[in-house]
Amino acid sequence: MSKVHVKLKINDQEMEGLCEPRTLLVHFLRENLSLTGTHIGCETTHCGACTVDLNGKSVKSCTMLAVQAQGANVTTIEGMANADGTMGALQEGFRQMHGLQCGYCTPGMIVRAHRLLQENPNPTEEEIRFGIAGNLCRCTGYQNIVKAIQHAAAKLRGEEFLEAAE
Amino acid sequence: MNDMSPNKAEREAKLEGMGCKRKRVEDARFTQGKGNYVDDIKLPGMLFGDFVRSPHAHARIKGINIKKAMKVPGVLAVLTATELKGVNLAWMPTLAGDVQMVLADGKVLFQNQEVAFVVATDRYAAADGVEAVEVDYEALPVLVDPFQAMVKGAPVLREDIKDKTEGAHGKRKHYNHIFEWTVGDKDLTDAAFRKADVTIKELISYHRTHPSPLETCQAVASFDKIKGELTVWGTFQAPHVIRTVASLISTIPEHKIHVISPDVGGGFGNKVGAYPGYICAIVASIVTGKPVKWVEDRIENLTATSFARDYHMTAEIAATKEGKVQGLRVHVLADHGAFDACADPSKWPAGFFNIVTGSYDFPVAHVAVDGVYTNKAPGGVAYRCSFRVTEAAYCIERAMDILAQKLKMDPAELRMKNFIRREQFPYQSALGWEYDSGDYHTAMKQAMEKIDYQRLRAEQKRKQADFKAGKTREIMGIGVSFFTEIVGAGPSRNCDILGIAMFDSCEIRVHPTGSAIARVGTKSTGQGHETTWAQIIATEIGIPSADVMVEEGNTDTAPYGLGTYGSRSTPVAGAAIAMAARKIKAKAQMIAAYMLEVHEDDLQFDIDGFRVKGLPEKFKSMKEIAWAAYHSVPPGMEPGLEAVSYYDPPNMTYPFGAYFCVMDIDVDTGVYKIKRFYALDDCGTRINPMIIEGQVHGGLTEAFAIAMGQEIRYDAGGNVLTGSFMDFFMPTAVETPHWETDHTVTPSPHHPIGAKGVGESPNVGGVPAFSNAVNDAFGFLGSTHIQMPHDYWRNWEAAKSLGLVK
Repeated sequence: MSKVHVKLKINDQEMEGLCEPRTLLVHFLRENLSLTGTHIGCETTHCGACTVDLNGKSVKSCTMLAVQAQGANVTTIEGMANADGTMGALQEGFRQMHGLQCGYCTPGMIVRAHRLLQENPNPTEEEIRFGIAGNLCRCTGYQNIVKAIQHAAAKLRGEEFLEAAE
Repeated sequence: MNDMSPNKAEREAKLEGMGCKRKRVEDARFTQGKGNYVDDIKLPGMLFGDFVRSPHAHARIKGINIKKAMKVPGVLAVLTATELKGVNLAWMPTLAGDVQMVLADGKVLFQNQEVAFVVATDRYAAADGVEAVEVDYEALPVLVDPFQAMVKGAPVLREDIKDKTEGAHGKRKHYNHIFEWTVGDKDLTDAAFRKADVTIKELISYHRTHPSPLETCQAVASFDKIKGELTVWGTFQAPHVIRTVASLISTIPEHKIHVISPDVGGGFGNKVGAYPGYICAIVASIVTGKPVKWVEDRIENLTATSFARDYHMTAEIAATKEGKVQGLRVHVLADHGAFDACADPSKWPAGFFNIVTGSYDFPVAHVAVDGVYTNKAPGGVAYRCSFRVTEAAYCIERAMDILAQKLKMDPAELRMKNFIRREQFPYQSALGWEYDSGDYHTAMKQAMEKIDYQRLRAEQKRKQADFKAGKTREIMGIGVSFFTEIVGAGPSRNCDILGIAMFDSCEIRVHPTGSAIARVGTKSTGQGHETTWAQIIATEIGIPSADVMVEEGNTDTAPYGLGTYGSRSTPVAGAAIAMAARKIKAKAQMIAAYMLEVHEDDLQFDIDGFRVKGLPEKFKSMKEIAWAAYHSVPPGMEPGLEAVSYYDPPNMTYPFGAYFCVMDIDVDTGVYKIKRFYALDDCGTRINPMIIEGQVHGGLTEAFAIAMGQEIRYDAGGNVLTGSFMDFFMPTAVETPHWETDHTVTPSPHHPIGAKGVGESPNVGGVPAFSNAVNDAFGFLGSTHIQMPHDYWRNWEAAKSLGLVK
């Protein structure tokens, strides 16, 4: 099968690769570009482990072709750290609030939460739960994920989050 | 270190030992996309394998044509049973003493069974190849209902053993029968029923479901022809056992097999067994001389690898009219699917189902379990529970509620009346277990006070009156569950896997500068062992947990262990860790005595070093002792500071808990609302409360899913109706209730640190709490038992069958 040249901006870096037209974005990221932080949990758009941020929207990269992302601006979990390499607010929030266990849903969950907080910097618990409903977690029961996002939201607003992980 | 040393509290805090909410060391890599899961592994020249699967639940294979597939660009090989027979691997042994087809040999026995394995340059080419393989099937009659398995004229499923009257677990009564397993005293139990004032009998089914961790089952096999060595990276909960099995069935010597479980994205029992995908990846690597990756997709995971439950339990209780239980009788019809691939200790075909007497003092009991074959996927794994323990807990907790209803007694009161009392421990159960410790009354009382049980019952009474008066269409249920688990398999006298005793192990090496590495025979699939194992060592030998690196999953470096499942990591490996640490501590004490020029009996351990009794200023820290261990040990002593422990537990551990669920159900729509869920757990000594509570949240969410909708359903033709996350209920953050957690602490008397294990308690105790809430809601309207799962539709059906809706 003839290959297509796909060029896009990922985590503020220009990247490119050759892939078949049918290649899914998630496989292009993971296999062509070795960005394996983005995971695959279902291949049917239900679980959200493959969530990336594409042109300012949360996208499930298992349900998009790499060629559709031509020229796009993509952020993956590898781009969620601070500029100085320290853990970003969400990454720190997940660690502080025990928002992860096996870690498999975590990249998609953090990337999704990033967009949620861009759109709503001070979400209620209900808004967070609704906002991450496209991302499944099998380990945590979501309770501490909600807290992790609240922790990050507070930090990003310059406030302190006083609750502990439950 | 002397008077200048920081105070006790500061030194203890610095250790971050047992009991503290230490933040997880795993999180730095997992939150930054730097985990290393199987599908992240990329080797030079690596190929990709994919399965041709059967669309039929039962069919004869008349032919497989691979010619077209071999012409597909990128396809390099297609394996069928014929090729596997050449290496004697068309069938493989199961953990339950049965055999299972690796690739369909003559016929298929369940939908999506593996028929051929296509090996190609990448996953897309492999999928193309799968499409091009032509299989000629002749459909056969399908057996789906386990209650029809042993009727006269039922379809013959397993032609390979149809004339065998003996199986791995004794006599077979029918060609679709696998085993009958009985325990308890039948005559005494029957006598108790004859004398009883009150008896109840109910068929309580625990439907088929699936563990479905977010990462599916996967492997990369790489065979080095020159060295004759095989390396397999896989999603294994028990890597050492996989290595032994691989050696036994492949004839590659065990020292030339390297099995590595890297980061694993959840297990929940799904990743204990050996699957055709692993075997095919290994054979394909041997055949092609290249590394081969196999990654299951979600549909394959739900339909082919290891379902859970499918237990149909007829429970009977005999009691006095005052509500004192006198006897328990249970018959189980166990649907094992097409092969008996249950992951239980070898001598336990029904797992530890004989924990079914639960938390109650039954003087006599009898259990019989019949396992049967059907045209469904094989498995029967312990989905976040010890072997068949969730089935047992569901059975007894539902049956106790049914008894309470019959006696018109409050279900909490009935439980209190029948609990094993604190002073009865260690308690010998009628079905053969010795419960190590428990304080059920204290736990139940604490739980009832915390949720204000009496007020809830009063509220329910008002709502029932309102419902009868036509003021509301909502009914309220209070689900009570008091479970006792049996975990930590297990003592070598009764637990083995394929003949290997179910011990576990730990090796600790303390380095000269006072930091350490600990290697353990378990494998975390999200439990946070890298964090908690270090906490045990920190408390035991006084090296800060931050200075202890924990490593698991590599069979070349870790000592042999039986792996992580059945809540056995803390009860067994946790004990091995403490025992290895104590060996180090004993040697450290001798070195310290030499350094301080005193007799070792004159020393006492003090947080992070040894102090001379009565001379508090004479102290040697573990850091100083570690250094000395490598340059100035006492004469005659070997240098170094390391230890290994293989721990064979003297008994299982018996965690318990009291769970309450409060639920409203709208009878016109069947829609339920979980108003409250309270979980009190007693898992003995608590190593890291943050991790315990996180596991309880997760396990309760799985229990919620199972009780309220998660099911692997088949139609009469054996087609799976719930093969994707669209149809298989996976709760999102929106549906998932808020969890309230609580605890009591009753240490295990036989475990070195008193810990019992907790990861599976919430699944075991949670399911009956939800189901009892639904049944409690409908109970006042004349219903006795409604089968799980309780989704909206079934709730509505229940309301309809009671005449509440037209």
